[in-house]
Amino acid sequence: MLKVSNLCVNYGAIEAVRDLSFEVKAGQVVAIIGANGAGKSTTLNTIGGLISPASGKIELEGRDISGLRSDQIARLGLAQVPEGREVLATLTVEENLRLGAYIRNDHQAIEADLQSMFERFPILKTRRKQHAGLMSGGEQQMMVVARALMARPKLLTLDEPSMGLAPLIVNQIFEIITEIRAQGVTLLLVEQNARKALQVADYAYVLERGQLAYAAPAAELRDDPKIVAAYLGE
Amino acid sequence: MFWQQVVNAIWLGAVYSLFALGYTLIFGVLGILNLAHPSLYMWGAFIGLVCVTTLHLPIWLALPVAMLGSGILGILLDRIAFKPLRARHAPHLATLISSIGASIVLVNIAQGIFGAEVSRFPFDIFPVHVFNFGGVSVTLLQLTILGISLVIMVALRWLIMGTRQGQAMRAVAYNTVTAARLGIPVDQIIMQTFFIAGALAGAAGVLLGLAFNSISPFMGGPMNLKGLTVIVLGGLGNIEGAVIGGFILAFSEVMSVAYLSSDLRDAVSFVLLLIILLVRPNGLLGHSSTKRA
Ligand SMILES: Nc1ncnc2c1ncn2[C@@H]1O[C@H](COP(=O)(O)OP(=O)(O)OP(=O)(O)O)[C@@H](O)[C@H]1O
Ligand SMILES: [Mg+2]
Repeated sequence: MLKVSNLCVNYGAIEAVRDLSFEVKAGQVVAIIGANGAGKSTTLNTIGGLISPASGKIELEGRDISGLRSDQIARLGLAQVPEGREVLATLTVEENLRLGAYIRNDHQAIEADLQSMFERFPILKTRRKQHAGLMSGGEQQMMVVARALMARPKLLTLDEPSMGLAPLIVNQIFEIITEIRAQGVTLLLVEQNARKALQVADYAYVLERGQLAYAAPAAELRDDPKIVAAYLGE
Repeated sequence: MFWQQVVNAIWLGAVYSLFALGYTLIFGVLGILNLAHPSLYMWGAFIGLVCVTTLHLPIWLALPVAMLGSGILGILLDRIAFKPLRARHAPHLATLISSIGASIVLVNIAQGIFGAEVSRFPFDIFPVHVFNFGGVSVTLLQLTILGISLVIMVALRWLIMGTRQGQAMRAVAYNTVTAARLGIPVDQIIMQTFFIAGALAGAAGVLLGLAFNSISPFMGGPMNLKGLTVIVLGGLGNIEGAVIGGFILAFSEVMSVAYLSSDLRDAVSFVLLLIILLVRPNGLLGHSSTKRA
């Protein structure tokens, strides 16, 4: 589905990502974990076409997307749940969800998807005519996930979807992630909550200062003493 | 006397609103003050005039053609004066100066083609018909101007609030990065916004050109301050605010000309602008509506 090869990304003189290679296979949930500033968001934003890489290759379903614009990449089937949510605060909840389906033209299916989002997230139905910015952080996060799903993406990237949320809401978010995966959407998940991420993921990569430090099935990393010491606390 | 002034203020206000809507739309979506907007207004008037005099089109066809023409000029303006700066993340001041430069160029080209003197529509272009309502007279032209302006404003509101394109436009206004992530072609939306703004300015140009029957390369000059006053009155980027602001300015102008002095027409905007900046710098309705829905 997604193949990243020898990716390097710089901000001016800062090398944020160096020689990063990894792969996400269709149907998999892949997690990228790492400390603050490790380059996780940079990686996702580069895949999403918002930053152009200094070098390296990004392939989505075998097609090189590293030179494409963000909106073009979205049309190829990538949906993003960005860090900090990026709610369109002045648009209504329903408008946010509809814009999630902006790239689609199958009007009837869009209406059906909208209804099923309202069923899955009843709070969004209650708030559908309200400005999205008026909802709580957890509700906004649900909406942004729903908005991304409205695109019927082939690949969904999530950048720290649990950030700043109460434990109960975090659990809900991870339940939803499990559901999405059951629907066959391929997921690339970036998390600081490594414990949770390794629970839902099939495969995981650990980033340290812009470089790949570990790559292994999530189940193995969960038991690796070095990972436990560095990322899983206690 | 008083009601006659009210009638005059209403149709004039509708055209001011039309003009200011394009101004405020660009501000709402791009956060820039397009000081070349009045030049598009002037060009709209000239395109309408050429349609009528050279191409012998009827006026009802000249209006949409002028809107199309000034809309395309709006797109060109963006491509030449704004887009290169946007790509370089230039500061607002650079954009402002660029828009002044573009305005000078547009005025000079018009002067080169049409000359500096005042041009007029042929007198038989629109049927002269005066209605009398208990001492208050309204011409068919004034009613038509009012009608057309209102129709365009309603259509604009529907476009922005009720269509997918409008949603995309508001998404771009709120956050271009988020919009792009959702698959919205930001650059294309900006182009459409400039087209719409240009078309609105062009419509205002034709309508006021008809109303005052006076078209010149410099007719945009006084509109700069008027437009600015209207959109500051309504709150920068605020669609409803621009409409209300247009009527407020027209009322103030018409009334001060009628009851104080006709020299005051252009001073009124300046006074209003000063007052509103001192008292309610965010405008009567507060903030941007393209940004705040
Ligand atoms: N716009 C920017 N300009 C300059 N440097 C940046 C920019 N964004 C990120 N960086 C730097 O690039 C490095 C990687 O940042 P990035 O945001 O990708 O980290 P992250 O792993 O997502 O961190 P976090 O867990 O805090 O979100 C950091 O050193 C950061 O300071
Ligand atoms: Mg991050």
